[in-house]
Parts: sequence; C-alpha cells; structure tokens
Amino acid sequence: MTAISSYARALAAASGTAVPTATVRHVHLAARPLILVPLAMAGEANAPLAAMVGTERERPELLVVPQPRNRDLRFAFAARLAEIFLPYVLGFAADIEELTNGPRTVDAPQLIVPNQAGVAFVRLFGRSTRFRTTTGDYAVEPSVPLLGRWLTFFAERAEVPGSSLMPAATEMLSLHWATGQSALEDANLAALMGWIDPPAGADGPAAARLAEDPRHCPPAGPTTDPGFDNEVLAPAIAAYDAVTDPSQLPDAVKRLEEALHSQLQPTWDLVWRALDRLRVLPGGASVPGRWEVDRSRYTGFHTYMIEEGLPQARRDGAVAAARRLNRMERAQASYDAERAFDDPLVMADHRVTGEAFLGSVVAVDRDRRVPNGRGKGRLVTRPLVTLRTEDPVRLALGMKVVATRRRRQECVVTALEPCDAGILVTLEAQNGMGRSAAPAPGSVPEVGESLCYSSVLADGVRSATMPEAEDTPWTHGGPPQPYEPSEQDTAEAWE
Amino acid sequence: MSAASVTSSASAAEEAERVIQAVLGDLRRGHSRGVIVDSPPGAGKSTLVVRAAAVIAGSGEPLMIVAQTNEQVDDLVERLAARLADEVPHARVGRLGRAGYAPSARIANLPNIVTASDIAGLGDPEVTISTAAKWAYVREGTWPWAIVDEAYQMRSDTLLAIASRFERALFVGDPGQLDPFSTVANDRWHGLVWNPTQSAVAVLQRANPDLPVHRLPVSWRLPHTAQSVVADAFYPFVGFRTGTGPGERALTIPGHARGPADEVLDLAAATGWGLLELPARHTVRTDAEAVSAVADVARRLVERGASARSGTDERAVTPDRVAVGAAHRDQVVAIRAALGDLADGSGPGQVVVDTANRLQGREYDVTVVLHPLSGRRDATAFHLEAGRLCVLASRHRQACVVVARAGIRDLLDTHPTSDPVHLGEPVKFPDGWAANQAVLAHLASRSVQAGGAAYAAR
Amino acid sequence: MHPGESVQDRTESRLDRIRGSAPPRRHDARTIAALTRNPGCARRGVLDAAGVDKDLLARQVGFPAAFGQSRFAIVRGNVFEARVKADGCVDLLRMFHECLGSEPGGTEPGGTAAGEPLLVTGDAEPDETLAARHERTVAALRTASGTDRPVLITHPLLRLAVGGQDVHLEPDLVLVRPGGLFHVVEIKSFPVIDGQAEGEKVAAAAIQAAVYVLALRRLLGRPDAVSHDVVLVCPRDFSNAPMATRIDVRRQLLVLDHQLARLSAVDALVAALPPDLTFDLAPGPDGRPTRPAAELAAGLSRLDARYTPDCLSMCELAFRCRHEAAGRTAALGPSVREELGGVETVAEVLELAAGTRAPTADQAEAADRLRTTARMYAAGLAAGPATEHAAGDRGPTP
Repeated sequence: MTAISSYARALAAASGTAVPTATVRHVHLAARPLILVPLAMAGEANAPLAAMVGTERERPELLVVPQPRNRDLRFAFAARLAEIFLPYVLGFAADIEELTNGPRTVDAPQLIVPNQAGVAFVRLFGRSTRFRTTTGDYAVEPSVPLLGRWLTFFAERAEVPGSSLMPAATEMLSLHWATGQSALEDANLAALMGWIDPPAGADGPAAARLAEDPRHCPPAGPTTDPGFDNEVLAPAIAAYDAVTDPSQLPDAVKRLEEALHSQLQPTWDLVWRALDRLRVLPGGASVPGRWEVDRSRYTGFHTYMIEEGLPQARRDGAVAAARRLNRMERAQASYDAERAFDDPLVMADHRVTGEAFLGSVVAVDRDRRVPNGRGKGRLVTRPLVTLRTEDPVRLALGMKVVATRRRRQECVVTALEPCDAGILVTLEAQNGMGRSAAPAPGSVPEVGESLCYSSVLADGVRSATMPEAEDTPWTHGGPPQPYEPSEQDTAEAWE
Repeated sequence: MSAASVTSSASAAEEAERVIQAVLGDLRRGHSRGVIVDSPPGAGKSTLVVRAAAVIAGSGEPLMIVAQTNEQVDDLVERLAARLADEVPHARVGRLGRAGYAPSARIANLPNIVTASDIAGLGDPEVTISTAAKWAYVREGTWPWAIVDEAYQMRSDTLLAIASRFERALFVGDPGQLDPFSTVANDRWHGLVWNPTQSAVAVLQRANPDLPVHRLPVSWRLPHTAQSVVADAFYPFVGFRTGTGPGERALTIPGHARGPADEVLDLAAATGWGLLELPARHTVRTDAEAVSAVADVARRLVERGASARSGTDERAVTPDRVAVGAAHRDQVVAIRAALGDLADGSGPGQVVVDTANRLQGREYDVTVVLHPLSGRRDATAFHLEAGRLCVLASRHRQACVVVARAGIRDLLDTHPTSDPVHLGEPVKFPDGWAANQAVLAHLASRSVQAGGAAYAAR
Repeated sequence: MHPGESVQDRTESRLDRIRGSAPPRRHDARTIAALTRNPGCARRGVLDAAGVDKDLLARQVGFPAAFGQSRFAIVRGNVFEARVKADGCVDLLRMFHECLGSEPGGTEPGGTAAGEPLLVTGDAEPDETLAARHERTVAALRTASGTDRPVLITHPLLRLAVGGQDVHLEPDLVLVRPGGLFHVVEIKSFPVIDGQAEGEKVAAAAIQAAVYVLALRRLLGRPDAVSHDVVLVCPRDFSNAPMATRIDVRRQLLVLDHQLARLSAVDALVAALPPDLTFDLAPGPDGRPTRPAAELAAGLSRLDARYTPDCLSMCELAFRCRHEAAGRTAALGPSVREELGGVETVAEVLELAAGTRAPTADQAEAADRLRTTARMYAAGLAAGPATEHAAGDRGPTP
C-alpha cells in the first residue's frame, strides 16, 4: 500500500463509498472484449464445472460440464469453449499494419475474467489442454490443444505489468478506486463493486456485507459456494449420473444448467457493470503505447502458432526464466513511471515520498555552457533551472528527473538548499534543447512556470543479453533437453 | 598482548591459511569447474581474491574478475595493483568501465592499470576486472578463469548472462548478507533449480551439488565479543571464530557519562555491545525520538574522543570510523539531518549513515544501529530478514550499539507465521525470526533504559 | 487462591468455567498449528485454551463463520487417501524412495534391498479406548525402530502436552526407515502441477506435519530419531495418481516449539478476567444454546482480539472481530495502518489529516505526514481531467 491509497481507504471507510485513486484509466479497454466467467469443481484439480462466456452483454453463452469428474466431458467443454474463443481471438489477425520492424495487427483480442482466481483458472486450464493430442487413446478435438496454447499465451501476458490482454475485473477496479475495506476483501468482486457502485439505498459497507453472503450473491468463482455444492449441485449431478434412459438426459442437463446459470449470471452482470464504470474514465496518455506492445505480442504469437505452434514448456528453462524476469522488471519500471506521468493522483504518491516534487521556477540560467568533459575545449549547452517547492523532497544530488510536461528533457539534480518557504532545487537540463548552441525557443522552462519533476523513471532497469537456451552454461545446469512432445504429455493417469 | 592470545591468533592465522591453501589447491588441480568460498564478515575475503588472482595471473592464464559495484571493483583494483607490482611485475590489470567511464582518482595513476570502456581498448591484460552489470554486455571472448566476488549479492540471472565468458571460476561471498531482490514477484519460478530471483551461489550449488565449498574460519574484523552472537544467530551450522581473543581489542571512551547515550557507550566499550532501549511505543518509521537517540550516541562518541586498540595498535576513532545503519532510506535521511554537520556530506571525515544494503562489505570501529523492528506493530519479511540484521550487527571492529524501542521481544512472540511454502525451494537459514530472537536475547543483558523524557520529540 | 492450589490448577478451573458445561473441544493438529497464525490474539488464545466451540459461539452471537466444506472436496479427499493406501502402500514406498533417497549404507527407505515393507495399522479398533490405542501405537513405534525393514504405520495415535492438557493427534502415516529414522507422511488432495502447489496449502500441511514431528520426538524422547523432512503426498498434475514431495519443516518446528512454550501466557490472561466470565453454550430443550447472544457478546468484549483481515480465512470468530474493528485502521490491513502512521481510528486519521484535531505527542510525526498526504491527494485529484470520476464522484471532497 502507498500513502495515497491508504489515505484514500481511510476516506472511503469514513464516507461509506469508494474514492478514486486515479484520475485517468490505466488499462486499455477493447471495444469488444470477450468476457469469461469460469467455475470449477471443489476439491478437483482445476476441473471445469461451467462457464459463462461471450462478447455480448445480453447474450452470454452458458457452458456446463454435467459430470466434471468425467474426462471426456471436460474436454467436450474445452472443445465448446474453443468454438467461441478461437474465432474471437483469431478474428483480429487479418487486419494488419506494416511497420519497419514487421507487421502488427491494428487491434487485438481482450479476455476479461472476474478476478485473479479466474486468471489462475485460465492458466491451469491452458496447462491441462495444451499438450493434448488429437490422435491415440485419449484423442481430443483438434481445437482443444490450440485453445490450450492460446489460453496459456493470455495467462503469461497477464503476468506482465501493464499488459491489458487479460485483465481481471477486480484488479482493474482496485487500480482506480480505494474502498473502505482491506485489499484481501477487495478480491471479492461483488463486495468491491458494492463499494464502488452500491445499489440504491445501500452504502458501501452494507453492500459489501450483502455481497459476501453466498445466499444473496454467489461467489465470483471459480470456486463455488459449498452450500450451493451440497444443497443444489450435488443432487443435480447425482440425478444426472442416475439417468439410465437417454431421453431423460436433457432434463437432467437442464436442471444443472439452471442451477449453474443462477451462480454465473450475477457475476457476469458485475463484470459488465465494472466495465461501465471504467469506461467513463478518460484513457491515460500511455495506455495506447502499452496496448501496442500487447498487439505486437499477439501478432507474434499468432505467427508462431502458424509457423511452429508447439505447446509452451511446462516450466521455464534457465534462459527463458532469466529473460522473462528481465522483461517483467523492465515492464514494471516503465509501467510505474508511465502511470505517474499520466496521472497526477498517481504522481501524488511519489510527491508524498519525496521522489517527485511540484515546484515553481524561480531562476533560469538559460544559456549556460560547460565543457563537455571529453577534452578539446568543446562546450555543451547545460541550462540551470531552479525551482522552489514546499514538497518533502527526498532527492539526492546527481539523480535524474523528468518533468511531466517536458517528458523529453532529462535533468540532473545539482543543488538542494532549504529556503524560507521550502526547498530550492536546482536542475541541469541535459537534452531536448535542439541542436544549436542556444536552446531552441520554449525548450527550457521559464521563470514562473509550475512543473512537476519525478525521479521515478523507466530507464533504471538495464537488461543483459542472455545466452541461447542451447548454450545454457554449466552454472545453470547446462543445456536443457530440447523439448519434444512425448507420449507422457498426454498419457496422464486420470482415474 | 598475553602469551595465550599470541598463540590463539597465531593458530587462527594458521587455520585460515590452511583453508586458503586448500582453495588455491582446488583451483590449481581444476577437478571441478567451480570452487565456492563462504566467508563470514571480515574473514579476509578480499585478501583471498587478491591472492588467488595473483596466483592465476602468475600462471600466465588470463583472468576475469567480477564484482558487484563500481566501488568494490575499484577497491580490488587498488589492492590487486599493489600485490601484482610485487609478485607479477609484468602483469597488467584492465579496469573495464561503462561508456564514458573516467577512472576514479585513487586508481587513475597506478602504473600497472589500464582502463577502457570496451574490451578491445584494454589490449589483453593479464587480469580484466569489472562489475557484473558491465560484464553482461561483453559478448565476445572466453577467459580460462574467473573470480566472482560478493557472489551472494549477485542474482542468478546476472550470473547466467556472464557465465559463458569463463571456463572455471572461484565464487567468493558472505552467505549471511542480504539476498539480491527483484522488483517483480512471481510464483512461476519457485522450485526451479535455476530460479532467476535467487542468488548466484544458490543456483550454482543447486545445479552443481558436488562443487567444493570452503569456509574461511576466522573473522579478522569482528571483536571477540561478537563471536558467539553473530556466529550463533547468523551462521548457526558452520560458525566461525574471531582472530582476536578476549581483551585484545579495547575501546576507550574518555569522559564521564552524562546521560543514557554515554551510559550505553560505556557499556559497549566494556562488553562490545550495548542496547539503548527507549520506552515501548508504536511509532512511524522515522521515529523522532529514536532518530535523535541514534544521533546522540554517534555524536557523543565523536565528542568524547574515543580511541580503539587492537593488539598493540592504538588509534583515535575519527568520525569516518563510525557508521550508523538503518533499514530504510527515510530513516537514513532523518538520522543524517539529526547529525547535522557530522554527516551532511560536506566533506570527508564524516560519520557514515546508510542502509544495510549499502553498508554491506564495509568495516568501521564502532557502529550505531537503529533496530529494524524498533517501534513497529508488525514485522514484515523485509524487517525480519536475517541478512539485514546480520549486516548491521557485523560491521564493527570494536563495538556495536543498537537503539530500539522496548517491545521487540513481544512483537516477535506474537508474530504470525503465514509465509507460503513452495515445493522444491530450499529452506533459507538462518531464519530471520529466530536470528532476531537470538540477538535480542544477547542484548537484553547489555541494555540501558532511556527515560521517556530523554529523547522527547523535538 | 486456595492453599495448595497451583497457578495451573487455578487456570484450569477458570478455563472450565469459561467453557461451561459443554465438553471441551480439544486441540488437534489444526488448532495447534493455528497457534502460530495469530499468536498475539488473546481472545483466540483464551477460547482455544478453554476448548470453547468457537464456531457455535460465532453463530450464537450472529456472525457465523463461512467455512463450509463442499461435499465434492470431502469425497475427493477420501478417494485420494484410499487410493494412496491401496495395495499395501507398495506404490508409496517406491515414491518415498524417490523423494528421500537411499539410506547411507545402501539400504533403502522402501526398496527391496532392505526387505519387504511392513504395514502396521494404527487405526482405531472396535471398542478400543484412546489410551489403549495410544499404547498400541507406542509399542508399534518402538518395535519399528528395531527392524531392518521399512515400516509404515497408518493413523498412529500420538499424544502431545499442550498448555498442560494431553492432546491426541493422528497423522496419516509414519514411515520408519531401516535404521530407525522416522518420517511423518501427510496425505493431501490438493494437486501438485508441474512440481508446484499452492503455497498457502503447502504451508498449512507443513505446520501440521511439524506438530506430528514434535509429538513423535517428545514421545520417543529422541529428537534425532524423527526427521525434519516430512513427506507430502498429493495428486500429480490433473490426475489422481499420487506423488511424494519432501518438505523441510525446521522453520515450522522452531516456531511451534516457541509458541507451545509461550502457552503459559494464558495464565496471566485468564487471571485478569472477571471471575464469573463464561461462554457456556449449554443447549436448551430445542438444542440451541440458552445463553443470550447479548451476554456472550458482552463476554467477548472482555477478551482483546487482535483482528487483521487475514483472520477472515482462518478463525471462526473473524466476522465478529471484524465487526468490532469497524472504523479502526487495523481493519484496513497492516500495511494500510502503517502508511496511516499507525493512528488507531479512521476518524482520527482524517481529523489529523485535515488539521482539525491536535495530535498527541505520539502522533505528531504521523499527523505531519497525513497532512502532506491529504494535500497531495486533493491536489492530484484536482489536477486530473475534469470528469465525473475525477471531480470526486460521490466521494468526499477533502
């Protein structure tokens, strides 16, 4: 928790309604996302029980596994999900823009799940389907392993800070609002929405309490309410199992569908309401840039599926793990920096900690030139800008800072001195002043200007070049066995 | 110095020398591709690195040395240059710096040093030395030998990036110090031998369980009074001894005690440890009373003009021989402010105030520590980390004063255990919770209570 | 205190009164493990020591716990355990061998080199008293350590003294390797997928197994004889096939040992309570407790709770404690409370932040920071694009 979000929680607790912790939207929202609300059977290893899925609010598809312990029925579910999911995902691949470094689709699919547990469900369901083969003893529909690979792709992107390919509704909401309850309780989508958008006549706490009562509001899954399991689902499954006359099967299935529909529909509606709330916010300036990265990754994976298409490894090899960690650290750093530059309320956090400050320019040495440090008496333009601030600045000499409204100009802190009303911070501008000896007009701040400088920048993380996987050195176990799909992948014991 | 202690430190030296010879022997024989040397605080790690480097340089085989920070690199360059000048006069040390690198003043004029920002610019010196971050950008070339210094501070993925550059390597480091950290958390790597977020030595040992591991047995830095505390709490399975015996180190602080800061200093001078305990209270991180108590202890130490004796060598404890350590940066900023011109960065010869991370590998006569758990309501993994307390409690040659709010014992007793357990992930020892208990138990008998009014808020 | 009455006796009789006429709910491995989860909570400490039925108490005061268990999960657990123990545990011994490695000297934990495994049933026999069953377990354990064959004892009945009471514990399995080294085996039905399982579930299994290790060590009187490596048996991947994983529980043992030694702290807690305090849940003719909810709630308020949001997932009384904690920063989570300078209540936080309340000496620094935070928050909100949301929506205007 940060100072601002904690203070916002206190405000929310006192007022009984959620308060904003962002002034712009930091996630991309697709025009036509695919919503997936999955349910799994209690006790089993990610056995799908049901799902509500679709791109149209009024027309969700309901998929049900009448007996989740039955392996064939599980994969029949996977095949039906693939029928909806794959056309949607592949539908974005045709419309392409050519860039200098290759093609990129102009848009990409977006999969939205209710919560983090939903993300985990997708990851594990991807794992349980991507290795299946379409021949042999345990053959599945050809779409099933494809579905598995795509779900795995989405699940892996969901781990990357700032990616919007598969956001969870709870995480998106928590990024923009603070409630008057704990982060742990915020994981309940209905309770979270109760604070953000309480029903008429209720306040946040009352709505959240109501939302926690499974009789009133089914859990957003994938785990179902034990009471529902014991009182409704178990008898319905037992009835299905007991059917001997095929003509009675539709009725047994219908009973299950009705039961599960009652558990899914409320969450389905909540996810859409969450999107309504988020869409009202104007998009942050760097959101399209991050979506471009998502689009590139989508394009790349689509190409890979056509050209190679092997399933992702069970676990990261040494090189893959190191590369992924480096990528994620870079993504985290730029996401943190970008959100603050996009949003004064996020920047407020850095101002509280003293990593950023808002000040007004009190002096400028615009035409200052200094030796470039490489001899030969060459001079470079290095204007000095002094700002006065009342913020609790905690910067050190030599630190690099950038202003929100002058993102292309890096400055270095050269002096910090207390003055009667706060602190005087002197910065040396390093670049962004044009090519001539005198800075280009407007390229140096002017006295009286009010600017917010931040030291939370994306360039702190450098990443090294890793060896190729086949060159993994002895320190890390040597080259791994190259992956070859084997019988073992599919011949898992099921009973 | 008594006859007994002469024998004790002589045998300590022999014991340490035996280990060093065993390490050099392993390197010469080359039966395994790697040799690991664990070193408790101040056990002559750099000396070993420099000696091993001289041996390899003398053999004519090119050597690369990897350190973690530019400061560590320059420290090694300085010491290595001196040693090579004596033992291998023709050998050159190439110091590789980042783009636009200018050598620091202390190494710029050494005769057997070359510096450049790329490998080609160095011209095949006998020894090439740089930071791990810089080595990661060297794409070509293979060295028959590498020495990786402070290997426990280096992350597994960094080692992966540079490991193709060497054939065999000596890894040296202190397992008790702070682990490297990552800015992202992800469960996906737990249990993997090559989990990229663990330390370089951890991956090395898990991937190569048969590598020989040596342990430097003697801490030359820590005084005898620190032996049982630091060894028991932080090196519970291997331990170490101190190079000096009882009474061989002495801290003399003239003048009369005028308050709790003086009393705790006197206690520390007599026993090697002191705990200045402030009244129990839950506080913000930058607890003003604790900060001013820390500053007061450091200031009184300087004002009273202490002197430190080791064996027959006696020196004044100048401000730069005093360090103040804390867990958080904001605490460091507050303590610096409280010390005023003793630590305002206005010039050399000042008290060093820094976080545990940045004090790693450094050595002072006296340290003053703001206990990471002081004033806290709850302990997080960060505050409990054994390495953090270990760094703070093992920088001193003479004495260590800890400043803390009362109530830490209770905090530890009521600490909820809820850390997830990951399959296949080795359990890290020592356990931070247990190490904290052990250190506090020791400090309990060396505490001075500061009354409520002594450090009342400004 | 009556002459001759020890502190323990007095505590014991006080605890009996607190529990009342209901039979005590004895500790089990789960509740002992729970001692490490929130050891600072006096409320839980006293109620557990007294053996009060917290679940019933919570329902009675109007805050029932939400710890229902699905039939599906129970069925899966039973099916899996039965499968693991099928065929005389032969599969198991092979897995133990894989995960524990060979014995020094070439004998193996489950291999044929050391002879056929011996299976001993510790499960309850008809009409057997607990004491008799425990004696049978002790005899089996002592015999097992002397054989040169691996021995597997199912459901041995162990005993551990917890806060002066004897508690009976029933591990799933104990493996005795040739040479006499004991390993505790835990069977759990959560899956291990590609070598990974949920960290919280493994942690719970590890601390529970550590309770058994401790009990075995005390029972045998030889700590070295019981390994700190326990074996966790779980279904592999998405199947029902078992796999064994070794877990090092040394850290759990450290903490458990410490918390068990600290249980005497209950003496002081109990001594400070009013002598007539009771949570007697004796049922009336309708089977429901007769004691009025208001009286129970009043009693609870005499016991300090240390509520954190984590309690919601582990304590039957959590909803009640959360209700009491409303308006306190602790209810928002420890890290939020810390960021708010440790100030106790939300009202104080906001008044200090607004400058409408004079901080106490303790609060001066927190107040300073809260004022800064409030100023930054307001400025940040105002500087955002003017939308319905950014204008404060229905939120307050600080």
